[in-house]
Amino acid sequence: MNIAIIDYKAGNVKSVEAALQRLNCQAYLTKDHEKILSADKVVFPGVGNAGTAMQALKKEGLDILIPKLKQPVLGICLGMQLMCRHSEEEDTPGLNIFDAEVKKFVPENGEKIPHMGWNNIFNLKTPLYQGVKEDSFVYFVHSYMVPVFEYTAAECCYVKNFSASIAKNNFYGTQFHPEKSGSIGFKILENFIKL
Amino acid sequence: MLAKRIIACLDVKDGQTVKGVSFENLRYAGDPVELGKAYSEQGVDELVYLDITATNEGRKQIYSLVEKVAQNLSIPFTIGGGISGVEDAENLLIHGADKISVNSAAVRNPQLVSDLALKFGKQFVVVAIDAKTIENQWIVHTHGGKRPTEKELFSWAKEMEDRGAGEILFTSMNHDGHQTGFANEALCKLSEMLSIPVIASGGAGKMSHFKDVFQKGKADAALAASIFHFGKIAIPDLKQYLIKEGINVRI
Repeated sequence: MNIAIIDYKAGNVKSVEAALQRLNCQAYLTKDHEKILSADKVVFPGVGNAGTAMQALKKEGLDILIPKLKQPVLGICLGMQLMCRHSEEEDTPGLNIFDAEVKKFVPENGEKIPHMGWNNIFNLKTPLYQGVKEDSFVYFVHSYMVPVFEYTAAECCYVKNFSASIAKNNFYGTQFHPEKSGSIGFKILENFIKL
Repeated sequence: MLAKRIIACLDVKDGQTVKGVSFENLRYAGDPVELGKAYSEQGVDELVYLDITATNEGRKQIYSLVEKVAQNLSIPFTIGGGISGVEDAENLLIHGADKISVNSAAVRNPQLVSDLALKFGKQFVVVAIDAKTIENQWIVHTHGGKRPTEKELFSWAKEMEDRGAGEILFTSMNHDGHQTGFANEALCKLSEMLSIPVIASGGAGKMSHFKDVFQKGKADAALAASIFHFGKIAIPDLKQYLIKEGINVRI
């Protein structure tokens, strides 16, 4: 199994790479279009600022490439948000794979932003969550979120329910970091590899 | 529901984990990667590695530590100590750090926090504040608590939030190393004043101190070192205790 991790200098990719290697995958960081196209699976990571990240994707032509990918693609955190139509973060247009608006959390009861730490996920759908118990704890770090919509694959509650995960055709996204979510995260990555 | 976090802090000097009493008289407490793995298996929610000598001495070796931690652990970790610019932070990110914490450098150059937040996102930026009370005022100290500054804790924390800090890690130097409980009054004020998470540090000695820091101190996370390193409190026991006390933690 070879897995291309899209390299666009946005966030911590070492941990994703290490987690996939622990699952005995040939995981490599690349921005090379051919290498991405020929990979069995693609991971689209990202931590950081949506505007800066989109610029970096455009610079490498990755904004055109990613939506055309046919193999299973997993967008993690900012990667998932960038797969959406638009983000409120610096008014940034996204890749428009999912017709969703990424919104800033608006606290209602003094909730702290970023939403940071371990929270439960529920209403788990798609094979990504096979064998994962409802209400399992996973690790989140984010200030923006995708509301619950047609393609929500898992929900989480912070201020209100939002998409902890999304899925459509070959595209999957997790708002949380499976590579930072201990044994539960490991199981989810294992499920992704099996897709 | 978002869980309260238990964080183990590993102070690192020359590649080894140490923990002193009130920042002095350092003692050895094991290998940082192995210790981190052991904590992860016990159910700790996060790790903080503080390179405590880094501000004053060289720090290149931290990169190989960061890489080893990223390869071996599947929980988040923060690296702090001696980060003086965007370039240091970027190198740590490239080697696998999830977050970095800045302390002295933010006092020296507050703009750094704005720059880091813009470049890497605020969730990457933890601002660590060491403070102790001098004439009834919480005075911010830098350089591992050695140097007093002119800054006052609450206004400084607010400025850091405004500049883009993602979390505040507040260590009470009055309490650190004494194991008599956290600085709950100051923590509660901080937590209510800020709209970003507050990590409490300094003073953990027994399990009830954690209950107090979450209930009275309103902290989002609690950090401790010696009591974990030397086995005085086991993480699984602590979490069972907190759940029994009605505090939401991950098990």
